[in-house]
Amino acid sequence: MSSIHPDKVTAERLAGLRDDAALGRDVEIEALGDGSLVEDPAVRPPLVLSDRTIGEVTQIVSGYVEDPPPKWWFIAITITSTLAAIGTGMILYLIITGVGVWGLNNQVDWAWDITNFVFWIGIGHAGTLISAILCLFKQKWRTAVNRSAEAMTIFAVICAGIFPGIHVGRVWMAWMLFPIPNSNTIWPNFRSPLLWDVFAVSTYATVSLLFWYMGMIPDLATLRDRADRRLRLGVSRRFTLALPGGRTLTPPMPRPDTLRAFIYGLLSVGWRFSSRHWHRYEVAYLILAGISTPLVLSVHSIVSFDFATSVLPGWHTTIFPPYFVAGAIFGGFAMVLFLLIPLRALLPNFKDLLTLRHIENMAKILLVTGMMVGFAYSMEFFIAWYGANKFEFEAFANNRVNPRVAPYWWAYWTMISCNVLSPQVFWFRKVRQNPWAVWVVAIFVTIGMWFERFVIIVTSLHRAFLPGEWHMFYPTWVDIFTFVGSCGIFLTLFLLFIKFLPMFAMAELKAVMPDADPHGHDDEHDPIAESAHGGGH
Amino acid sequence: MPKLPIPKPPSRDEIMALASEYFPFVPRPRPRYVTREGKRVYGVSAEFSKTPAVYHAAEKVRDAGYTRWDVLTPFPIHGIEQAMGIKRTILPLLAFGGAATGVGGALAMQFWMNLDYELVVQGKPYAAWEPFAPITFELGVLITAFTCLLGMLALNGLPRFHHPLFSKERFLQVSDDRFFVCIEASDPNFDPARTRELLDSLGADRVELVEDED
Repeated sequence: MSSIHPDKVTAERLAGLRDDAALGRDVEIEALGDGSLVEDPAVRPPLVLSDRTIGEVTQIVSGYVEDPPPKWWFIAITITSTLAAIGTGMILYLIITGVGVWGLNNQVDWAWDITNFVFWIGIGHAGTLISAILCLFKQKWRTAVNRSAEAMTIFAVICAGIFPGIHVGRVWMAWMLFPIPNSNTIWPNFRSPLLWDVFAVSTYATVSLLFWYMGMIPDLATLRDRADRRLRLGVSRRFTLALPGGRTLTPPMPRPDTLRAFIYGLLSVGWRFSSRHWHRYEVAYLILAGISTPLVLSVHSIVSFDFATSVLPGWHTTIFPPYFVAGAIFGGFAMVLFLLIPLRALLPNFKDLLTLRHIENMAKILLVTGMMVGFAYSMEFFIAWYGANKFEFEAFANNRVNPRVAPYWWAYWTMISCNVLSPQVFWFRKVRQNPWAVWVVAIFVTIGMWFERFVIIVTSLHRAFLPGEWHMFYPTWVDIFTFVGSCGIFLTLFLLFIKFLPMFAMAELKAVMPDADPHGHDDEHDPIAESAHGGGH
Repeated sequence: MPKLPIPKPPSRDEIMALASEYFPFVPRPRPRYVTREGKRVYGVSAEFSKTPAVYHAAEKVRDAGYTRWDVLTPFPIHGIEQAMGIKRTILPLLAFGGAATGVGGALAMQFWMNLDYELVVQGKPYAAWEPFAPITFELGVLITAFTCLLGMLALNGLPRFHHPLFSKERFLQVSDDRFFVCIEASDPNFDPARTRELLDSLGADRVELVEDED
């Protein structure tokens, strides 16, 4: 009941009156794209297109949850949950058998496990960055992407949490990571960055979850109220299954709206949209944004300490904390774009809420952070030479860069071409404003960021100070399927999220629409007369 | 120097009235007004469909001297605090308390644990503060975040799953695109006729009585 009829532009498109944007590709619409790309800095482009009203925004966003999921959703979740099951099987196999099922050896004792950990935790940085830093900078365009980016953060951190947990070997001893009193009366080593990492990652996961949940309370209340209204008005439908042969089956179960009213009702803790509540809510949100900003920066800095505080050439560099943070933002935004650009084409009316301008802005962030990462790569190499430390320079030149002597040269050059070269196309406006071009670059960046972690971890470890300790790393099938499985877990969780939770921050989106302005065009009061008698607000 | 007003401590009746909203076994105070059918009157509400209209209505209700009333809006309206005369919340103070607890707790934990079991690592001192900085920061953030969310809910009187404002189907549209101003019957200035008259004069789409299910 909640899909809106296609808007005028779409209707014209369907009638063949517009030949642009066939198949949802906004490649060559007009000079101004979908209307959100305004060159004049004095003009504020609309954040929601097609002159949507506040009610239509509710309708569109709730529709994603309330309508039966489209066919592609079932196909996608079948694939991803199969991968997730395979990944879970790999983890069980590892726990039952031991870490020997991975391709680790005496020299390379961290490989894909920690690569995957840093890869996922890095991806998990975009969500809180969008929520927190862009909130403090009053970037209103964040409202279209923050909810899904925060969800992505939580799911990425879940995937990240798996790997350090299972790489310890005896998984049942993982509780010793935490300062829990034990019969040996020893405490963890508080001077080790690995313990800082435990605190940083678990704090980050918890705070991201709180931030995500708090932002969702009003939207969950909207879903609760819509289900409740349908029940009270008697227009709520029963759950029916379409059987082959055109028949339908109505299983004896509560109506979906009854379940929605109960579950969303429980989660929204009785939110009733009171302005007195909104006031405290906004203050709480601002404080959370304020403390999450340094948190985002601290978490990946601490992850980088795992490497930087060691004495291994290739790891022992002071540029690691800023370099890792820039890389995390880079990889995180790439993942946001990778997930959202297809959804723009697949879900109805999505393009009105996530406009070309949003994509262009994120493409600019990819360009900036990609340049930062590129600067960090070159500075690392420069210092290795300038610092006149023979081992450090050789670790870079002979283990990574030089194709004639470095066995992992292909990994290094994959990293450089994906992370440094591919975002350079964003200097061209045409490319930034083409969603599918941005999508392709986002895939390259995601691949490049995985290789960055692989390069840092494996190429630094595989050749130690004595040639007798030199070993290559070859992944086993368990390594490969564990990583593929973690991608499956991530995508499954994301698909469940787009079906069961509000994909857009409805309340925030409504608050940045023109209709939400208390002194807007419908205001009958004369603003000059108002200020003359001192009604200052 | 203007004298700061000293807030009055809540009377016993006020405390019992508040408790009765959360605990069904606490007897509810006698209502000030009942309908002909004997239902408790929660208040009178006015419905609006435009943001500027509800904003200016809030200013007029504030100026009429009401204290127990609320504006229900699908999103936080910019500047509604001034229009309603809401005092700034003490939440930042609570959050500071949370931060202090987190930082203090983290430092206490680390100093005590390192002196309780003296782990020799590369001859580094047991109780140096520098390596404790990351965990101190992280725990400070963690406790502040919990204080923010739980403090916000507690100050708002949530979770609370039953409320007279959920009684009518119309009110549920506040989560979509409708706006309501609701003046409670427990307000000392409340008068069924005059309050209704005020709300009628604000240009509302609809003014109606809110009953409490009882």
